[in-house]
Amino acid sequence: MTEPSFQVAAPRSTPVANPLFEYLLRMGDDRLVLGHRLSEWCGHGPILEEDIALSNIALDLIGHASSLLALAGEVEGQGRDADKLAYFRDAVAFRNALLVEVPNGDFAVTMVRQFLFDAYSVLLLDALSRCEHEGLAAVAAKSLKEDKYHLRHSSEWVVRLGDGTAESHERAQKALDSLWRYTGELFDHDAVDDAVAAEAFIAIDHDALHSLWLTMVKDVVHRATLTLPTDPAMRRGGRRGFHTESLGHMLATMQIVARSHPGASW
Amino acid sequence: MLSPDEVYGVLNTVMDPEVPVISVVELGIVRDVAIQNDAVTITITPTYSGCPAMREIEADIRTALVARGVHDVNVKLVLSPAWTTDWIGPDAREKLRAYGIAPPGRAEPQGLITLTRSRVAVQCPFCGSNDTRLQSEFGSTACKAIHVCNSCRQPFDEFKAL
Repeated sequence: MTEPSFQVAAPRSTPVANPLFEYLLRMGDDRLVLGHRLSEWCGHGPILEEDIALSNIALDLIGHASSLLALAGEVEGQGRDADKLAYFRDAVAFRNALLVEVPNGDFAVTMVRQFLFDAYSVLLLDALSRCEHEGLAAVAAKSLKEDKYHLRHSSEWVVRLGDGTAESHERAQKALDSLWRYTGELFDHDAVDDAVAAEAFIAIDHDALHSLWLTMVKDVVHRATLTLPTDPAMRRGGRRGFHTESLGHMLATMQIVARSHPGASW
Repeated sequence: MLSPDEVYGVLNTVMDPEVPVISVVELGIVRDVAIQNDAVTITITPTYSGCPAMREIEADIRTALVARGVHDVNVKLVLSPAWTTDWIGPDAREKLRAYGIAPPGRAEPQGLITLTRSRVAVQCPFCGSNDTRLQSEFGSTACKAIHVCNSCRQPFDEFKAL
């Protein structure tokens, strides 16, 4: 774990060159990185149905990332399409939250990570589907439908693992405790959010989102007989390009083919 | 040049590559057909965001129209309004059932978030029994879930409501 993740959030007054581009990158990168992480399970899933489920969810998330990054490329206007943005940026240029780059760990880590993100994503997409930016609202409404399946799946697994055997309970609790410190970043509000609210009429009430998320998470954690962590120390930095070393390793694998054969098609 | 009705006729022969008994028109993904001079523009909406069949569908539409003498074919993708399985008509649902896929139930209203499945029983397309259980929400393709019939013991696919 690299320490820069403990840096405080950027002050709200920091100007951002292209806030809407930055905002769309954050959303696209979250889904691209998490989608790739899930695809790492392909062929390794604990049971056949779950192997298929994880691959399906990965496919959805990469589809959402593709729509969001295509939109980001249009907004940027530099001729970068979704593939260029996915495969030809280095870790420092990625804007995903640290939560989604956490390595898969055991199945409990993967599922708790998925659940924490899905609950956030469903709420965010629901709000964005009603935002005034036509392109983003369309992607959000479309993605939301699929995300609901993801959330139902991951929350059911969290309940099953937490309320399962002594070992699955212990592992699920351990996963929740270790991942909790990455959740604060999802609800940060900075200059980018202020700027997109003003320029593109994309205004999200992060505090309201956080409290809705917490209600949902508490409900599932309670049903799973798990204990909600109380440690308030949060790690952040992903939104500004300060990543853990695991992202670089992941990108090396994810980008190698595209970078070795630029422009190739098959 | 073909008339819009003739174009729809051609599109009705373009089958979903993953569910080859229903056409792209029956699937509800064809949103618009526009004809201008020698060019035909077909507007389609993607089913699932990550569905690998979309490019295949695009190519199949192109091939079918070129075969009918249309050489200037544009396939445009629109995301809004988002595709819903509610657009699959009654005839197509019967075709799905006959093919061994349980047709989708009603899609959930927009915005609603539920953590539990709202559908109780999915009818077995083979024996008609309602005594079935969900094996996995995620099946062989993004659009399908896997169920098992407790009566006839057959596993079967359900076209998920979206």
